[in-house]
Parts: sequence; C-alpha cells; structure tokens
Amino acid sequence: MTRVERAAPRRGGKRSGPPEPEFVQLLTPEGERVSHPDYSVDFTDDELRGLYRDLVTVRKLDAEATALQRQGELGIWASLLGQEAAQVGSGRALRTQDMAFPTYREHGVLYCRNIDPIMPLGLFRGVDQGGWDPVANRFNTYTIVIGAQTLHATGYAMGVAKDGKVGDDDETSEAVIAYFGDGATSQGDVNESFIFSSVYNAPIVFFCQNNQYAISEPLERQTRIPLYQRAAGFGFPGIRVDGNDVLATYAVTRAALDNARHGQGPTLIEAYTYRMGAHTTSDDPTRYRVASEVEAWQAKDPIVRMRLLLEKQGLADEAFFKAVDEQARVEAVKLRERVLSMPDPDPVTMFDHVYPNGSPLVDKQRAEFETYHASFEGSH
Amino acid sequence: MAINQFPLPDLGEGLTEGEILKWLVAEGDVIELNQPIVEVETAKAAVEIPAKWAGKVVKIYVPEGTVVEVGSPIISIDTGRDAGPVGDDMSQGAAAQAEKAAGEATGGLIGETTASGRTAVLVGYGPRVTAAKRRARKGDEAPAAPAPAAPAPVAAAPVAPPAPAKPASAPAAPAAPAPAGQNGHAVLAKPPVRMLARNLGVDLSTVAGTGPQGSITRDDVQSAVSAPAAAPAQRVAMAPGQRETRIPIKGVRKLTAANMVASAFTAPHVTEFLTVDVTRSMKALDRLKADREWRDVRVSPLLLVAKAVLLAAKRHPMVNSSWDEAAQEIVVKDYVNLGIAAATERGLIVPNIADAGSLSLRELADAMTDLVQTAKSGKTPPSAMSGGTFTITNVGVFGVDTGTPILPPGEAAILAFGAVRETPWAHKGKVKLRQVTTLGLSFDHRIIDGELGSKFLRDIGAFLTDPEATLLAWT
Repeated sequence: MTRVERAAPRRGGKRSGPPEPEFVQLLTPEGERVSHPDYSVDFTDDELRGLYRDLVTVRKLDAEATALQRQGELGIWASLLGQEAAQVGSGRALRTQDMAFPTYREHGVLYCRNIDPIMPLGLFRGVDQGGWDPVANRFNTYTIVIGAQTLHATGYAMGVAKDGKVGDDDETSEAVIAYFGDGATSQGDVNESFIFSSVYNAPIVFFCQNNQYAISEPLERQTRIPLYQRAAGFGFPGIRVDGNDVLATYAVTRAALDNARHGQGPTLIEAYTYRMGAHTTSDDPTRYRVASEVEAWQAKDPIVRMRLLLEKQGLADEAFFKAVDEQARVEAVKLRERVLSMPDPDPVTMFDHVYPNGSPLVDKQRAEFETYHASFEGSH
Repeated sequence: MAINQFPLPDLGEGLTEGEILKWLVAEGDVIELNQPIVEVETAKAAVEIPAKWAGKVVKIYVPEGTVVEVGSPIISIDTGRDAGPVGDDMSQGAAAQAEKAAGEATGGLIGETTASGRTAVLVGYGPRVTAAKRRARKGDEAPAAPAPAAPAPVAAAPVAPPAPAKPASAPAAPAAPAPAGQNGHAVLAKPPVRMLARNLGVDLSTVAGTGPQGSITRDDVQSAVSAPAAAPAQRVAMAPGQRETRIPIKGVRKLTAANMVASAFTAPHVTEFLTVDVTRSMKALDRLKADREWRDVRVSPLLLVAKAVLLAAKRHPMVNSSWDEAAQEIVVKDYVNLGIAAATERGLIVPNIADAGSLSLRELADAMTDLVQTAKSGKTPPSAMSGGTFTITNVGVFGVDTGTPILPPGEAAILAFGAVRETPWAHKGKVKLRQVTTLGLSFDHRIIDGELGSKFLRDIGAFLTDPEATLLAWT
C-alpha cells in the first residue's frame, strides 16, 4: 500500500519573502516620521524621550532576567526581546482606569502600569505567584494557559458595561485590553471571547502581538489570512499596526480603547512584530527559523528607529542616550540584587492563597503537609 | 578575597546535564557581570552562559567536551567581596568539588536514577538530580527508604536503593567504581544473564551493573569478557594499554554509529555505479558563474548533482520514500528534504534542505551555501538533521572516485558523487580528454528494484551529461 504525504512546509524557500504587509506606521525603521490618514500622535519632546527611555529600560530588564535564568536564578523566562514597542506603545496608551489582562510575556506593559519589575521574577523564580494586586494595579496576574485570559477579559469587560462605566468621559469611562499572541488565535477560548464580546458589544480591545511564531509553529500554520481580518467574521473591526513602531502602536491602541470606552464595542489589533529571542529560555529558536529571517527583522528594531528619530529631530544628544543606558543598567543591577536576595518561601505558604476565605479541605491538606515536613531530621 | 563557585544550572526545565562545548574565558581572565563565559549544549539547546559575577577567573574545573551534571561547579570566580546566596557551596573545599565535577561517581542520593544513559528530556519535567538538598527522615536507618507520603513526580523513575557507582564519564576519575556485590547488597541480575555469565566464566560480583537499580545486564557481562581482565568493565576513559588511545564514543560519533548499524542491518543495500561525461555540466556552471546575477553565489558541481537528483526524483517518486515497518507501508513523499553529508570537526553530519524540490536553482544554491557554512561553524540545529528523505554524499571532495554509501535510516536511496577528473573518453568518434565522474547509488532493495534504481541513476547521469537538453525534455 502506498501513502502519499502532504508537502512539508518550506524552510529554505522564504528567502525572497512575502510582500511587506499593509499596516499603520508612523515611524519607519529609518527613523522617518510618516503620516497616516486615520491615525496620528501628538507627543511633546519630553514624552518622546520618555518613550525611548521606556523601550531601553524594558529591554535591559528583560535581558537581565534572561541572564539570571542562565545563571540558575530563575526557573524559566519568556523574553520580550523585539516586542518592546508593541508593549510600551499599547501600555502607555492605557488610561489609568483601564484594565489589562496579560499573557506571561507582557513585562513591558507591566512596567508601564508602574508595577515593580521584581514581581514577575518572583513568579519565575518559583518563590511566589506573581505578587501584585491585580485590582489596585489594573493589571491582572500573568496567565500561562494560552488564550485563557481573553475570556477573563471579555467577562470583565461585559461587567464594566453592566456597571454603566462605559460612556463619553475619557477620564472616567473604562476599557479593557486583552493581550495574546498569534498562536492563541487558534485557541477556542480566543474565538469564543471574540463572539461574546462582539454580541455583547463589550468595551474591549484584543491586542494580538503577532510575533510570527507559536513557539516553533510559524504563522502560516496558524492562519490563511492576515490575523486582523479575522475580526470581520466576528463582526467588529480589525486593524494591523507596525508592532515595532511605538508611535503607531500607541495611536492605534489609544483610538481602539477610546472607541471601546465610548460604547463602540471591541477592536482587534494585530501588532505585527517579531520575537527576536527564544519563546522561553527552554527553547532553541535556531531549530525552526533561519538566520536570514532574524537579520531581516533586526533591521526593523523598535529602539533603533526611535533613537534615529530623536537624533534627526535634535531632541536628544549623546549625553542623553548615555544617561538612559546608564540608568537602565543601574535598574538592572538593582533588580539582580533583589532577585538574589529573595528568600525561599516556607513550603506551607503554598496553601495560603488557594481560596480567599480558606477551605476545610485545604486546611486539612495543610495540616498533613506540615506533619510530613516535621518528620524530617533537622526540622522543628 | 571571596571565591564563588558557579554550578551548572538547569538551563531548561528539568534537564539533568549539559556538555561543555567551549570556554570563552580562561583562568586568570578578568570578567564582567553577564559576560558570556561558556557555551553549553543540553538536550534542548546550545546556549551561552553569562557570568554571574564580575571578577577574576580562579579556576575552570571542567574541560571542553565533558558532560557535566546539573549542580556540579564548572568555574570559580574571585569577586573580591562576599559571595551571593550560592556561596553556601563554599563550605566544601574547591579541590573536593573539582574532583566531583571531574566525574566522581555520584550515587546513593535519594531519588537519583542511576541509568547509564541520559534520560531524554525534550519537553516538560524529567527526572533530575536533587543534589544534597533532600533531608533525611527522622528515625530512618537507611536514608534510601522511600517516603510513602512523598510526592513522586516521575513514576518512571523508581526510588532506588543506594546504587552502585555510575561509570566515570570524564578523564582523571580517581576512584574505581565500586562493583556491585561488594557494597553489601546482593548482585542483581536476571537468570538468563546469570547463565550467560556462568557460560562465559564471568564472576558477577566483579561486574558493575548499568541496568535498572544497578542490575547487571547482558551487555555488562559481554563487555566484562572483552575488557582487559584486571580493569573494571566500565572504565571507558582510563588509559588501558600502551600506544593506544581510547576515545569515548559519544555525540556525533555515537549517533553516526547507531544510524549506520541500524541502517546497514535493516535495509538490504544494493549499490550501482555509473560513469558519466560531465563536461557540458561543467561548462554550464562556468556560464552560470559568469552571469551577473550569480556573481556572488557559490556554485559547485554538487549544485548540479543536487538539481539532477531533484529532477530525477520527480520522474521516479518511489526512490524518495521510506519503509514503515510498523505500519507495513511504503511512505512515498512528494517533497524532497535533500540531505548533504558534511564532514565537520565534530564528525559526519547530514543536514538537509527542506522541500528542496520546490526551490529554484538560485534558492538551492543559497540554501546549500547556508547549510555548508552552518555545518562548518558547528551550529547546525538538530532539526536540520532530521526528516531527510534523500541524501547526497560528496566523496569527490576527498579526491576519491566513488563509494558504496550506507543509507541514512528512513531513506530509500543515497548518491555518492565522486571526483571529477580529466579522462580520455570516447567523444564524437574520437578519444578526447573529457571531464568525467562516477556516481554511486545505494538503495533499499525492499522498496526499489534494480530496474527502478537503474533508471533513476541513468536519469541523473543523463542530466549531468547534457543538462540543457534534459531540462527541456523533462520540465
């Protein structure tokens, strides 16, 4: 009997590459400001410098965390390298009252929410569950399960609408943003949340960072059409933005959030970007993508183009760039020292936050566990 | 002065060991925080490890090429100040640690598995060495007694009694492994193995077991017979005789050997040869090189051979297939992942070009250049070495005429491409000096009959004899 297999995906054949996708762009990789008929930003010089500072700091802290994993101080780390603009742009576009639902890679958004960057490191060091207050910080805990947070976000957004917090006042009306990746779009959860949010006109922005790979699976195995076009089938607008352009990402996200808070319903944003590093530190990207592709994306680096802009417009000099680098370095060293001094938790504390008000079953398990631990030599 | 030792961390999730590929620093070097110090290869990836401290490299404990268990110190750095949290390790002397790193047998820890081979851990959590963090239970004589209430994360790794020593895996192992049977425990061996030992005259108490729970396997007995009488069977790296070098079988060599044995004794090989005049191909190559658009492209005769194979495979799809013994099916592939055998410093590797049949000649040339450069730099990822469907081995680069190649496992045919030589050759009724080469095609006779193999080889030859005409005729 003979069986004919389907053609394997082409690995070597992408050299010439597909045509550049159409997306909203306000800042080219060469640092040129370009205009767009529907989107614009109006930043002060200080704000532009601030965005640059954010990008550099976020990348530096991320690199430090990667190093800490390689040194055995973190169990695992999901690096955001290459996606800084998508995260800082969208993170800064959030208004104070907005609520964000991250994956496990949104360290840049977390930074923009003014959450101590040590928080996720405790999670990945295995000494706590993340530790920040999702309500106070308007930033949910990291969700490891792929796509699950889109349902949480949709439910939350439906609640926002029911609470009557949707309206015309930009300073008080609320919107919700759900982060996920290209791989998550293949999950049932994400499609269900699209349906619910569409039908209930929920005040939510679906922010998809399309970094081209679902771990090792390339985008062409996730979809036959550009991801942002999926939204049309669910009945709400979708838009693709240059995810390596912090200005465009900010403009598109701010507009989508404001639409949501004004009661105009959901938007899907596809931030077209690239994960320059591994999926996580447990992964070897050289096994599934070619060096020439990575190099092509290196030329679109989000930080380089921002720096070029600042230089061209005379908004910053060498001293400024040096100072930013130095400040980021100092923050990274501080972060490292704090990670190294994180104490191992008492094993019993893992029972502490299972239920907000405790549970007889968990209490019983805790007691058994304590007895078990006390049975070792040297324990009290 | 504060010397910090850096133990090899778990670089993935649940990895137990890594191989030191390359040191990027030397003893005495002054290094910065996060400066890359060493390349380590694990079952998952080859990665650079950044320095955990700034300071001066005091000692490198582990030479390149050594497989190190997670938790063993690999380097010490003088930071000139107090150590960080890992400074706990400092209570033990550096020398003792070094010996441990150099391959001292580590056995007897609770929960440690003593299987001789490494556990394949590609995804998720595998068994891991827990070092000395496990605490002894109160009132237990034998620390090895399994704790009934203890969570057992890995069902496949039974809690072992104090196990016999693991074979030393690095040179300069000072202590001989303690043979089973001398540690107060009964010799573990299955009845057929005992019988084999008796027939061969092997005293089981002198054999170190490598099986589960330190049991003695058939292989252990066999190698005890073939080993020099006095030396324990497992001392791979000890210098055994004069004017002999013992090279541990591992890495690429081990893989190559396993593949060759698996293939040679599974697929009945047939090899056919064809000597062809490739003068026109060589001229075509020259024209290609002269083309402006091809100016920066590396073109070699191998490129045309690859093209010939791809075209001929399209005409004879059955040669691009594999034998699925389990399913009792022949799997015919309509894509060609074209393997190119490459000799590298680390041994023979066969990376392949995925779906090479769909590439233009230019793309094929680029892909081949890429592949060779990656292979030479030793950075070929494992994924590029699996899934090949047809392989070319270019023995001609070594100046030989042909060979009888052995099939890579799972492939039905392989082509050897010999040296191209100026040879007196009958050409248009006269004897002329022509560029001639010999092709050797081995194929799996279970799948490919002589007729098909011959036609396929003939087509490759036809293309190389007259590429332009065959292109017109075939495509």
